[in-house]
Amino acid sequence: MPDHISSAYDAELQDLRRNVSEMGGVAEKMLTEATDALVRRDTPLAQAVIGADARLDVLQRETEEQAILTLVRRQPMAIDLRETVAAIRTSGDLERIGDLAKNIAKRVMAVSGQFQPQKIVVGVQHMSDLALGQLKDVLDAYAQKDDRAALDVWQRDGAIDALYTSLFRELLTYMMEDPRNITFCTHLLFAAKNIERIGDHTTNIAETVHYLVTGENLAGERPKNDRSSFETIEAET
Amino acid sequence: MNQRVEVAAPVVAAGSDDARGRPIKIVNRDVNVWYGDKRALHDVSIDIPDRAVTAFIGPSGCGKSTFLRCMNRMNDTIPSARVTGTIEIDGQDIHDRSLDVVQLRARVGMVFQKPNPFAKSIYENVAYGPRIHGLARSKAELDAIVEQSLKRAALWDEAKDRLSQPGTGLSGGQQQRLCIARAIAVDPEVILMDEPASALDPIATARIEDLIDELRQNYTIVIVTHNMQQAARVSQRTAFFHLGKLVEEASTERMFTAPRDKRTQDYITGRFG
Ligand SMILES: Nc1ncnc2c1ncn2[C@@H]1O[C@H](COP(=O)(O)OP(=O)(O)O)[C@@H](O)[C@H]1O
Ligand SMILES: [Mg+2]
Repeated sequence: MPDHISSAYDAELQDLRRNVSEMGGVAEKMLTEATDALVRRDTPLAQAVIGADARLDVLQRETEEQAILTLVRRQPMAIDLRETVAAIRTSGDLERIGDLAKNIAKRVMAVSGQFQPQKIVVGVQHMSDLALGQLKDVLDAYAQKDDRAALDVWQRDGAIDALYTSLFRELLTYMMEDPRNITFCTHLLFAAKNIERIGDHTTNIAETVHYLVTGENLAGERPKNDRSSFETIEAET
Repeated sequence: MNQRVEVAAPVVAAGSDDARGRPIKIVNRDVNVWYGDKRALHDVSIDIPDRAVTAFIGPSGCGKSTFLRCMNRMNDTIPSARVTGTIEIDGQDIHDRSLDVVQLRARVGMVFQKPNPFAKSIYENVAYGPRIHGLARSKAELDAIVEQSLKRAALWDEAKDRLSQPGTGLSGGQQQRLCIARAIAVDPEVILMDEPASALDPIATARIEDLIDELRQNYTIVIVTHNMQQAARVSQRTAFFHLGKLVEEASTERMFTAPRDKRTQDYITGRFG
């Protein structure tokens, strides 16, 4: 695409892209490390994740302020308008992803020293790997303005939801088996729920990329596979 | 853990008010204009919807004013100009030999960039057209037309106590509304506006834009503007012209958020073509 007649305008949009990309990097790292910290019960690492969130908040505020200035100064049109709107939306989703990762890290601190059913932890790790892959892919799609890749991410979100539903069942079973598991399992349950929500924000970003590239909004039903709201467990007699 | 997932196919959200589905007022087919042997318009075909605002945008010299002038045969007044193609208003060919050009220009009024009131009173500026077209049978009827036109042009409150004063004594924005009142007074169906606010300050511009938005209830409006934000604010359809060609025509919303043609995008985003 040719440059703007105003090179300062090019620089402004470039700054927006750079900010979003830096935020993406921070969010990915936070999710990876929060999960590692949970699996390995590594409280110093969890502490580092909690600390990293501040950077994400600063970047999000900066992105939003820059985008507002661009709207005021340039009254962007067409692709430039979509770039500006996409930066605002995506930085919001990434900031939320950071919050959710931070919340997982806080739970690592809370459960340190407690019994840990390894099978479930592996399940959470697996969910996190899926979410992380999705996040990476959607950030690439964003940077490359690749609508196909974004739609792929969008359609795969159901897998994370399905995994969450099955983890939810397992956790309930553990809690019923031995009430001493309840504290830990509850924290794991929230960690899994946080990852599921990270998947939702990733899907939001995929929708934003679709808008960025095509100018159209995805209005169809989201691929949803979270059935945990309907789950029940029969007590064994 | 490989889960099979059923997903809904993505569908596209519905658009907003873009004048689609409205009856077509003006049909233009393969309109060409030459000035001497210089071709200024190339095969322009576009439908203008009834009672909606259509905006023409494009770089200076791309033929917007030339095309606007086709629709009320103002190019006839330029000796070197030659027009080909078909233009129909409500199904009637405006080049038909039986058609009276003076009548046509009353049906299809025009407002120019620079407000050009006659050097007469405010009243006379508005009364002139209805009088020569014989639209009023009495002084009372003429008074009523003047009042109604000034009201529709949102100038009545400011002008009613000074109707006998010269139109040229009004501010720029008021003069432009006077010119709109003058066009309205002969009961037109279409109003063509060639950069009607480009000589006005932001407040006067906002009033004109507001007025245009009201006028579209009763008139078909075509506006040429070099101000894209203005096109975005006042129009439902937008057409982009480049080098004498109509490049793209679409709902205004789509034009400014996601134009299809690269030339449109480069122009409206301020890039080199
Ligand atoms: N009266 C005229 N005589 C000769 N050439 C003209 C005349 N009016 C316009 N042109 C030429 O026709 C082209 C289109 O002009 P115009 O319709 O005024 O463009 P726009 O309104 O988009 O700025 C330009 O190249 C211009 O120089
Ligand atoms: Mg012009």
